[in-house]
Amino acid sequence: MVEFERRLTRDWNDPSVVGLQGYVAKGGYAGLRAAMAMGTADLIQVVKDSGLRGRGGAGFPTGMKWSFVPQDTGKPTYVTVNYDESEPGTCNNRELVERDPHRLIEGTVIAAKAIGCHTAFIYIRGEYLWQSLVLQRALDEAYAGGYLGTGIAGSDYDLDIVLHRGAGAYICGEETALLNSLEGLRGQPRLRPPFPAVEGLYASPTVINNVETLMNVPDIVARGADWFREQGTEKSPGTKMFTISGKVERPGNYELPMGTPFRVLLDEIGGGVLGGHSLKAFTPGGSSTPLLTAEHIDVHLDYESIAEAGSLLGTGAIMVMDETDCVVAAAERMVRFYAVESCGKCTPCREGSWWATRVLNRLENGYGREGDIPVMHDMGTNIMFRAFCALADGTASVINSSLKHFGDEYEEHVRLGRCPLKPEPAVEEAVLGA
Amino acid sequence: MAIFEGSVSDEASAIIARYPQGHERSAIMPLLYLAQSHQGYLSREALQEVGGLLDITTAEVEAVATFYSMYRMHPTGEHLVNVCTNLSCMLRGAKDVFAAAQDAAGVDQGHEVSDDGLFSVHEEECLGVCDFAPAVQIDFANHDGVSPERMRELIAELRAGGVPSPSRGPSMESFRHASRVLAGLEGEAG
Ligand SMILES: Cc1cc2nc3c(=O)[nH]c(=O)nc-3n(C[C@H](O)[C@H](O)[C@H](O)COP(=O)(O)O)c2cc1C
Ligand code: SF4
Ligand code: FES
Repeated sequence: MVEFERRLTRDWNDPSVVGLQGYVAKGGYAGLRAAMAMGTADLIQVVKDSGLRGRGGAGFPTGMKWSFVPQDTGKPTYVTVNYDESEPGTCNNRELVERDPHRLIEGTVIAAKAIGCHTAFIYIRGEYLWQSLVLQRALDEAYAGGYLGTGIAGSDYDLDIVLHRGAGAYICGEETALLNSLEGLRGQPRLRPPFPAVEGLYASPTVINNVETLMNVPDIVARGADWFREQGTEKSPGTKMFTISGKVERPGNYELPMGTPFRVLLDEIGGGVLGGHSLKAFTPGGSSTPLLTAEHIDVHLDYESIAEAGSLLGTGAIMVMDETDCVVAAAERMVRFYAVESCGKCTPCREGSWWATRVLNRLENGYGREGDIPVMHDMGTNIMFRAFCALADGTASVINSSLKHFGDEYEEHVRLGRCPLKPEPAVEEAVLGA
Repeated sequence: MAIFEGSVSDEASAIIARYPQGHERSAIMPLLYLAQSHQGYLSREALQEVGGLLDITTAEVEAVATFYSMYRMHPTGEHLVNVCTNLSCMLRGAKDVFAAAQDAAGVDQGHEVSDDGLFSVHEEECLGVCDFAPAVQIDFANHDGVSPERMRELIAELRAGGVPSPSRGPSMESFRHASRVLAGLEGEAG
């Protein structure tokens, strides 16, 4: 087993930390207290020094993001917590808040203090109904305990946090779509620049961070940047939450140091592929990240190593497929997701994802045509980097990576006129169906 | 009959007051949930009323309401059964769970509500519970690792007038009740 110091999950076996008293008894809100005595520049510096990178998918350095916020524009500044968590395969933010909601509040207060913000928002996906109640209770406790509201922890700093529920739209996790949604508009992405740091919520400077990102912040402030760097790699410091699901013995959310080999997560922690089957393919960071294969079982789970293997760390959401699972069927389901969730603003995404779904669907169901595979190649190339936002790159990643690693399986679908992984239909049925 | 009258109008004011002054429009999403909790869907009149509260046109409200899948634009069953069939759930048999839900609830493909008005059944995208696949939500309360047999039991329990205990979190009595919780007006974390 891997030996390491748990950080984000260290109190997961202690249900008392869900309440304010239990959280404080375990040393909670120490980072917030320290932050109240620190200036903006010092707070941003310690987060910069820690090397913390955004956990929402892109891995952007958090301290640097905060430093882009101008604090002298005469407008208010805003912190917006991205708890929309809708990337297929991803559910670590859900459990982090279920088990330790005050840590998110603490991280949010520190981020707000760092950019001089007095109103912060938490945008939670609507489907996380229970989690929104857990969070609301924690917010109420934090107000009552003096960790939110006016004069936080005896300082002269004031902050309100508003909980805002989404209503079922993956695109609202994209930060500019999230801002539109929060402003009461359709959740469609905005043209950048201006970037949210300069002109975000209500046309004011805004920081948007993921839940896991912010939950790392209290310890960084309380224990220092060097402590944070004790685990993980030089360029990907700290620990990361991974969700492993699909064909695995023990699906779940697991914290591991950045750079841990995937084999350790799959075999030692996840208990191996379900039912003793063998690994065929996996998404390393949610359905938007290019598929990897059994060949990549020794890849290390950090931004750089996964990029070298041809994919992305994304949200750290690993969906496991075994040798009995059809890649064309999986691609069809993933691409259908992007077709359903496309916001409709731009053509390559709106039209491309629908057409790709149709072609994949007929391939899987035995109606594949000679030209379908070149058409898929074409669509992948024409969608990638040509749409308005990164949602469509997810569509293209599924198409391109499945074709790259499993081109033969696609060919088989066309050649046999059926899915090679489904049982061959009985003769009569085949005749009748023809 | 108007929705936003009397105590409901006070609730609407409290919702609007959550947001910074001058940015009342941000309250549109919880207001739509509140309207939905009264009618079980968003009628034309509901959209007009929300527009009136925020001083925007009905068309603007409709543009927002139709963007999100958790707002229903047509009458919806008393209970909304959502079955995730995205990849992690699909790999663990979600398609059979979805088929069982449609069959047990008596909602045919392409239909919105069962004939008895009790159920709507939706095929859903990732619900963020991939660690307990196949994932189901009934009135947005979670049921983990649901087999087709379990799906049939859950629907039978609802049909008998019961409210099945979710795997985590509080029970939701109905789709309308859940909509009220989503408006941020009630609900205990448990
Ligand atoms: C289609 C799409 C969906 C996204 N969904 C989420 C999400 O649910 N949660 C999240 O934190 N970031 C999501 N992101 C990334 C955000 O745009 C943004 O980069 C992130 O919230 C920044 O926070 P971080 O720097 O702390 O990672 C999404 C991006 C795209 C393109
Ligand atoms: S890429 Fe898709 S989701 Fe993004 S703006 Fe275009 S249509 Fe909308
Ligand atoms: S894939 Fe079903 S809950 Fe995530």
